[in-house]
Formats: sequence, structure tokens, C-alpha cells
Amino acid sequence: MSTLELSAVGKRSRLGASTGTAPRAAFGQIVRNEVRLALRRPIGLLGGVGLPVVLLVIFGEIPAFKQVLPSFGGGSIFDAYVPVLICFGLAMLALLGLPTPLVSYRELGVLRRLSTTPVPRSWLLAAQGVVQLGTAVITVAAVLVISMTAFGVPAPKNSAGLAVSLLLAIAGLFAIGLFIASIARTATAVNVIGRVTFFPLMFFAGLWLPRAEMPSLLLDVSNYTPLGAMVQAVQTSMKTGFPPVAPLLVLAAYAVVFGYLARRFFRWE
Amino acid sequence: MNVLESGTAGRHDAQPARAGTLPAVEIAHLRKTYGPLVAVDDVSFSVAEGEIFGILGPNGAGKTTTVECAIGLRTPDSGTIRLMGLDPRADAAMLHEVVGVQLQASALPDKLRVGEILDMYRSFYRHPADVGELIEVLGLAGKRKGFYRSLSGGQRQRLSVALALIGQPKIAVLDEMTTGLDPQARRDAWALIEGIRDRGVTIVLVTHFMEEAERLCDRVALIDHGRVVALDTPAGLATRARDTKSMRFAPSAPFDDGLLTVLSEVTRVEHKGQHVEVTGTGQLVNAVILALAAAGVTAQDVQLDSSNLEDAFVKLTGRQQDTVEGATS
Repeated sequence: MSTLELSAVGKRSRLGASTGTAPRAAFGQIVRNEVRLALRRPIGLLGGVGLPVVLLVIFGEIPAFKQVLPSFGGGSIFDAYVPVLICFGLAMLALLGLPTPLVSYRELGVLRRLSTTPVPRSWLLAAQGVVQLGTAVITVAAVLVISMTAFGVPAPKNSAGLAVSLLLAIAGLFAIGLFIASIARTATAVNVIGRVTFFPLMFFAGLWLPRAEMPSLLLDVSNYTPLGAMVQAVQTSMKTGFPPVAPLLVLAAYAVVFGYLARRFFRWE
Repeated sequence: MNVLESGTAGRHDAQPARAGTLPAVEIAHLRKTYGPLVAVDDVSFSVAEGEIFGILGPNGAGKTTTVECAIGLRTPDSGTIRLMGLDPRADAAMLHEVVGVQLQASALPDKLRVGEILDMYRSFYRHPADVGELIEVLGLAGKRKGFYRSLSGGQRQRLSVALALIGQPKIAVLDEMTTGLDPQARRDAWALIEGIRDRGVTIVLVTHFMEEAERLCDRVALIDHGRVVALDTPAGLATRARDTKSMRFAPSAPFDDGLLTVLSEVTRVEHKGQHVEVTGTGQLVNAVILALAAAGVTAQDVQLDSSNLEDAFVKLTGRQQDTVEGATS
């Protein structure tokens, strides 16, 4: 930046005082419009927040899910589903909610137009990240609060462990979402790739077959998938204590590898 | 500097000018290739402050690539570019503060309102224009609360121009801004551009409409095959076009093109099946026939193209304009 600053000094006389950086307030404005768009195209919010909450309420009304089973470590099937539903919401946001606007901005030429203004186009990506992260926090809070207050799920045993698990899970999943944004050329392609990724990953998270009932081979595979590792870490934090290192490392590895790939393959145009 | 001074490509002296006398835009020997494709071969021109400068040429001539290099969207292979003395790559952030750009085919999210879009882009600049005044001038005042989706093609174009002007730029670059507009909307856009210039903004207008260039531009650079083939006032170009002739003949034997291209009268030699088409000026026909005769070749079936080519565009590029609408009306 130093050369830029130096050359800028000599040019002030001609252009008046300008430092050549975008005002900070611009970021707030971008976030504001991204929030508006998220509220006006509520598909992402419905899938990422609404659907997990609806499923939570439905599962909470199934009497059989309330039974305490020894195979579930002394908890109920419903207890086991709470992390799975958090997972559901976060995966929706990361695999569809995050990449769709980014790719459509590239498709529409919004990123191109932005690169002719003083604002770095990376700000739009960051603003999307802020919006999706905010939505992720709402999803987690909604599922936890409703499950605890309405359906008697015990409070998390280890809040720090839960926070670490969720942060790493969000990092890993968002990295995968950004990778999808970097390889998909159209918003339609994102939709296809996102869905094709979502369902198998949700299977390993235990949406149809709870992890506690998976045969050992399937469980081994699940442990190395992002959502399997996430459910493992979140479940442990909620029921016993700080999660083991293995699932946390798996999540961190997804964040690093896909973060790198997304950066490597991302196209602005 | 005389704004209306006519000149030719490549006429650039490297003498550093003092602040205040610098041209708004200065491009020298710009070259940009994409793999084997040469998009811009060698383009040089300069634009004075307050000028409306047209970049005219057929599709694929290298106009957009030239502009994209100038505003820092692409890195040229070689050549120098200065806008208000700034280098588009090294001084990108400052350049974007003083150069407003309206790009071809650049849409906005459907579900944002006009006012929301303008307020956001306004926040990007240190010395932004007043949104209320801007949309008044651009005829969008009634649409402030409307969604982008609800705008007509002309309104979207005007919003795009508003975004290019919202930072109160010194230079506005408008790429094909009237393409796709109906004739009335196009005339409105022309009045708008003149209004912007009257506020002291230098305008670089990319177009493939001859009529548009004639109506608006102080000077025009005609670009073809990645080169500036003519740089003049619109009137100067028209005069030059009238002086341009072309002839067509069937040679009695194959001959080397170099035989004709060395002639000062000849600007272009093209083979079309059995026939050869030669474009040039002055005593073209005599010169060509004499040169061929000297090499023992006879020109048969000679046809002279003398009429129906008032269009400088076709004359100077030797190509049929892809969209005739603008040139004939």
C-alpha cells in the first residue's frame, strides 16, 4: 500500500483531497441492502430457520420420540434430533443461502459494476457472510431455546464446547458453500449442486437414521463427513462435556481445505 | 489544447505536461491479447477535459476491451494509460473515485428499490451527488420507491447512468448506453449526456451508432481490428469517408498483395473469391491498374464503388455495420 499512498500525495493537487479508499459507512449500507434482499427473497430464511424449527415442533409432538432409550445414552430420540436440526439449518444456509446470491451477483454483473467503484468487491462477499452468519446465529438460538423451553431438552452441558463446535462447523460449511460459489457458473447450478450435496450430508448427520443406530461402518464414514462430525461434536457438548478432538479437527480441516479451494477457483467475472 | 484538433493514431509525445494542461484521458500504444486473440493491437488517443469523446467501431473491434483496460478491469499486455493522471492499476482506488462507469449488460438485484440502490452507491464515494437532484435530472424521481424489476429498459439504463454519476466523477465512461433503447429514449439519453458535459464532466462514449457519434461527440476514434483507423471530428471523418474509394476486379493472374499495399493510395486489399477489393484514396484506380500492369497482371471486370457509402463507418472499416438502424436514420 505504501507506493499507492506515495503516488497519491502528488495527485492531490489535481483531484482535491481524496485518500482513495471507500468510506467505512459503505459496508453498513451494503449489509443493509443484503438484509433487505434476504427478507424479500425469504427462501433462504425459510429453509435455514423456518424448516428446522417446524421439524423441531413436529418431532416434539411425536410421543415415541420422547422415550428415553439406553442406546441413545440415556436421552430421547428427540434429544438426539436437536443437533441434527441445527445441522439442517446451517447446511441449508451454507450450501444454498450463501452461494446463491454470490453467483447471481456475478451472473448479473453486480460484481463487475462494483469493481468500477471505490468499494472493493470483496465487501459484497463479506456482507453476504455477515448476513448468513447472523441467520445462522438465529437458527441455532431458535432451535436451542424452543427445544429447551417447549420440549424440556436439558441445557447444554458444556457451553464453551458447544460454541467451539458450532463455530468450527460454520467455518467448515461456509467454506464448502464458498467453494460451490466458485465452481458454479449460474444460480441454477448452485441450486443443483447445493441440493445434491445437502441430502447425502444430511443422511450422515443422522436425519433419517440417527447416528446412534448406524452400523459401525456407516458411523465411521459419518465421522469424517462435515455434518457427521458436527453432530458428534454438538451432541457431546450438549450431553457430556467438551467434545473430543477428532470431530473438531475434521471440521477445521474442511474449513481449511475448502477455504483454500474456494479462494483458488473463485472467479469474479 | 485545441479540442477539435484533428489528428491521427499514435501521435503522442511523451513530454510531461503540467497539472491543469494534462488531458483527462491519455492512452498510448495499448495492447491486449487473450491467448492467440488480439483484442487490442495498438490503440492510442487522448481526450481533453470537458470533451465528449466517441469510441466507434463494429462489434469485436476492441472498443470494450480498450475501455475495460482504461478503467482497470483488465490489465493490458503493454502500453500506458492515464486517467486524470492516474494509473488504472496502481492508483485503482483513487481512479474509481473520479471515474464513473456505466458498463454494458450490468444488471442489479430485482428486489432492491431504486432509492435503496442509489443510497448504497452514494455511500461508496467521498463527495457524492445529491440523490434527489440526480434522479430528477435523470427522470427517475417518480421511480424512487419502485423495485429494479419494475423498471423499463430505458429506466434501467438511466439508473445505470445515475450510478456512474453519483460519485460526481471528473470522467464518465458510458459503454453502449443507448443500445436496446427505442428512438425516443435514445434521443433523451443524448440530451442527458450533453447535460452531463455541461456540468464539466469529460465523457468517453463507446458506441456503434454513427448517428450517435455525429450528434454528440467532439471527436471520434474509429477502432477496427484492435487499431485506431481514424481519429477526427465527426465532420472530418465524414469528409475523409467521401474521399475514400473502393474498386473491385478479377486479376488475370495471382499477384502478391504487397504490390498494391505499398501504394500510398491504397489502404486495404481484400480477396473475395475470384475478385480482389481494394480500398484507398486519391487516384486509386489509376495507381492500382498501373501497378498491376507493371507486374504483367490485367485487372478484368473492374467495378468502382462510388455511391451509397456516405457512412464513414463502412468506408473506413471496410465492413458492413452489423446494426444499420443507427446509421441510416
